Amino acid sequence: MDAILIQLLNGLDKGAAYALIALGLTLVFGTLGIVNFAHGALFMLGAFCAVSFQQLLTISVKVVDPSITFFTAYKTQPYLEIWFGDVGLMMIDYAVPLSILMAIPVMLIIGLMIERGLIRHFYKRSHAEQILVTFGLAIVIQEVIRHFFGANPMPTPAPDIVSSSAQVGAWLGLSENLVYPWWRLIYLAFSALVIVSVFAFLQLTTFGMIVRAGMFDRQMVGFLGINVQRKFTIVFAIATVVAGLAGVMYAPILPPDYHMGMDFLVLSFVVVVVGGMGSLGGAVAAGFLLGIVQSFASMTVVNELIPGIDQVIIYLVAVIILLTRPRGLMGRQGVMED
Amino acid sequence: MADSVLKITNVNKSFGGLKALNNINLTIEKNKVHAIIGPNGAGKSTLLNVCIGLLAPDTGKVLFDGKNIIGKQAHEINQMGLARVFQTPEIFTELTLLENVMIAALAKQEGAFKFKIFRNLAEEKAMMQESIDALSSIGMDNQMYDIAGSMSRGNKRRLELAMCLVQRAKLLLLDEPTAGMSRHDTNQTIKLLKKIKADGMTKIIIEHDMHVVFSVADTISVLARGEIIATGTPDEIKNNPIVQAAYLGGGNE
Amino acid sequence: MHIKQKRSDLLVMSLFTIIVLSMPVWLDPVGANYPDLLQKFVIFGIFAIGYNILFGLTGYLSFGHAIFLGVGSYAAVWSFKLLSMNAVPAVIFATLLAGVVAALVGYVSLRRSGIYFSILTLAFAQMFYNLAYSVLTPITNGETGLQLSLDDPRVIDRLVSSAGEGLPVPELFGISMSGYSGFYFCAVMLIMAFFLSLKIFNSPFGLKLKAIKSNQHRMKYTGYNTRPYLLSAFIISGMFAGLAGGLMAVTDPLAGAERMQWTASGEVVLMTILGGIGTLYGPLLGVGIIKYLENIFSAINEASLQSFFSFMPHWLNEMMVMLVSPFVGEGWQLTLGLMFMLIVIFLPGGITEGFQKIKTKLTTNQKIQQGDE
Repeated sequence: MDAILIQLLNGLDKGAAYALIALGLTLVFGTLGIVNFAHGALFMLGAFCAVSFQQLLTISVKVVDPSITFFTAYKTQPYLEIWFGDVGLMMIDYAVPLSILMAIPVMLIIGLMIERGLIRHFYKRSHAEQILVTFGLAIVIQEVIRHFFGANPMPTPAPDIVSSSAQVGAWLGLSENLVYPWWRLIYLAFSALVIVSVFAFLQLTTFGMIVRAGMFDRQMVGFLGINVQRKFTIVFAIATVVAGLAGVMYAPILPPDYHMGMDFLVLSFVVVVVGGMGSLGGAVAAGFLLGIVQSFASMTVVNELIPGIDQVIIYLVAVIILLTRPRGLMGRQGVMED
Repeated sequence: MADSVLKITNVNKSFGGLKALNNINLTIEKNKVHAIIGPNGAGKSTLLNVCIGLLAPDTGKVLFDGKNIIGKQAHEINQMGLARVFQTPEIFTELTLLENVMIAALAKQEGAFKFKIFRNLAEEKAMMQESIDALSSIGMDNQMYDIAGSMSRGNKRRLELAMCLVQRAKLLLLDEPTAGMSRHDTNQTIKLLKKIKADGMTKIIIEHDMHVVFSVADTISVLARGEIIATGTPDEIKNNPIVQAAYLGGGNE
Repeated sequence: MHIKQKRSDLLVMSLFTIIVLSMPVWLDPVGANYPDLLQKFVIFGIFAIGYNILFGLTGYLSFGHAIFLGVGSYAAVWSFKLLSMNAVPAVIFATLLAGVVAALVGYVSLRRSGIYFSILTLAFAQMFYNLAYSVLTPITNGETGLQLSLDDPRVIDRLVSSAGEGLPVPELFGISMSGYSGFYFCAVMLIMAFFLSLKIFNSPFGLKLKAIKSNQHRMKYTGYNTRPYLLSAFIISGMFAGLAGGLMAVTDPLAGAERMQWTASGEVVLMTILGGIGTLYGPLLGVGIIKYLENIFSAINEASLQSFFSFMPHWLNEMMVMLVSPFVGEGWQLTLGLMFMLIVIFLPGGITEGFQKIKTKLTTNQKIQQGDE
């Protein structure tokens, strides 16, 4: 029972990341008709927002260490500590959540730049060309990151207060031994919040209504005299920010490195097609579903039964779904089929 | 009725609560041009899709050349001898005219699939001559090395017809062959249809342009609200009061 | 498809043979005449020619071809381990096994078209990579990669002679497959592969593949069952990739999972489109350019840059070094990515198309001038 609950949480957690990335991907598919292979790189950029924000906060200076009195010893001390004392230290501790404040505008600008500078020239070109150009962009982004941050993963700790584990078992009246990292619970809640806000935005605002109409019938919305161009730009920027936020918050879970984007890209594409191309609800549902499937497949019991199943289960599920239910779980027929 | 090519018996088709085809019986006779006309929403497209086996009717039979075609795949139906021309001309835009026609000829010669990469030049030459003949019969042999995509809509339609000609299809199905064409292109197409009428290929033309229908058809069936309300020669149809009421709008023409 | 005389095929093939076999001669002046690089040229040439048969002719964009490259390498190394150090069985096994795997992957993936096909191949690529990396460790030796070892059975070799001292090297009836002899072996394979590709391009089969790319819907209504055509193209191109993978193992007998990473398929796409997608010679041109530039760019470091710009004043020198250094050495991948984008944006038809554009421009200019006179 405990093991199952843990795996369920693990699955939800993985699924939350998949769902967040896939949400933006499918949003861009559905409205812009663009197959964006650089979406994983945007997730990675988000994670590096957290890394660089933390590095920014911990810019240090050499100061005399007063605790050593025999001789003049030096230690490095962050400027923030010197300027603000304990408040500064707290800011450093909370670097990851604070970096959201930086990530939103940064990702927004990156999204606008990519759409204005590149993507919009590819609306009328073939999917193959879209895939290739965004694949090239993904390589460029990841190599730029490698140039500045190196090839090694960058550990980015969560705030101290949530670095321990939550007594999930005790809360539920189950075994005391059942604990789960706080940060992962926070990630789950955070992604639920982001997903709900994206849906609320699309359901409740006029802008969202137009976007949804565009997902349904792009041409029609154009005929209505709505400036689709500008809407597209904003949609792409939103997708970028969502992917970025998913990355920021994922940094404490998985130390970011430059190729994490490519690793997540394949998974998120699989999630999107399983959910149904261009279906937002499908992307979220498939994200969580596949996350849970994967974490259950990695249980020892299952692995003893079918060795290595956890490594391939997601792709197997994707292949089977694509063959038996071409439009995915919740997609419409014929989307992106040519 | 030994001479029928396509025989549709008691075909019914509904979409949800809407009855699109109501007990259709239709026989297409050999070597005749049979036109099916009717106002928008009369069920022309549905009937067409049933004719080519794309849509399975709820009840009834569709026999082509005595064989059932319901549920068959597109290529199987073509291989049986039923060729079709689309509303918007569909051709291989990146290839030359000659290549377009040769592909059609190859389908006739080699069947639905043949893996052959070492060529038989004599065989190929014969086939190429056949393709050039088909192109010259529609008067396009002088531009056979042009890229097909660069032509006008009317010329694309002619190329499509040449592709069906070279296959010597038993039945040619034309879905609004003049849709979206200029007056000039339409007249050209009528001329062409009349010209290839002589070769004796059986044709079904689905059309709403009366001018086209009355200039080329031997037999006309009128479809209204999913039913065939009349079948006859062009003159009979012109003078049929039911048809006038239902379709020609009171007979002022 | 034009009716061409068989003589012209012969001419093309003899020219091609001469060009490939004389590579050590004419690549000498540009400093590309050493066996390692020459081998790369021809091996990737085979890979790209094969990829072009699928992507170039049918337009199906596959990210799964690295699978077949990897399968080819593993098959060849196993042939070395179990049977013989002779390159011929290794290459045959590599090609055949890759063909079998391609048939499986293709059969499933080709049930869908467009981007769904691409994503299916992507999923397969990741699946096979994971399999090779961890699950199938007994066969692939996982992270370390599959290598030769002293106690390999090598049953056929053992019939002839007893095991020698040290690790044996791949050979062809006594000729070692390292250095130039390895290159010539691969070159002969390339010539054969090119011959097949030429035949496909000029055959009705090739024409039908192009027609599928142009309008698959029409193709079906013209009486063709398109799927077996696509599957044949997929298997052929998979076998070419397997052959390339096998040759990689012949020239350097080890195989690792990283060869199967889906991004490796991305590289072959780039080579194909850079040269000219769907053209006969384009992919080879692309391979030549990429592998040559890679060779030069990755060898450059900051010191060599400084000496290269040493004629400049100090401050300019430093600036140039700073500007250029991200793109060389380790940064070659960045250059590759940029090149990828630029080609897709500005010259989707590749260099071949670029040449053609220039040519038509020149000829029309001439015509206009002649018209004026």
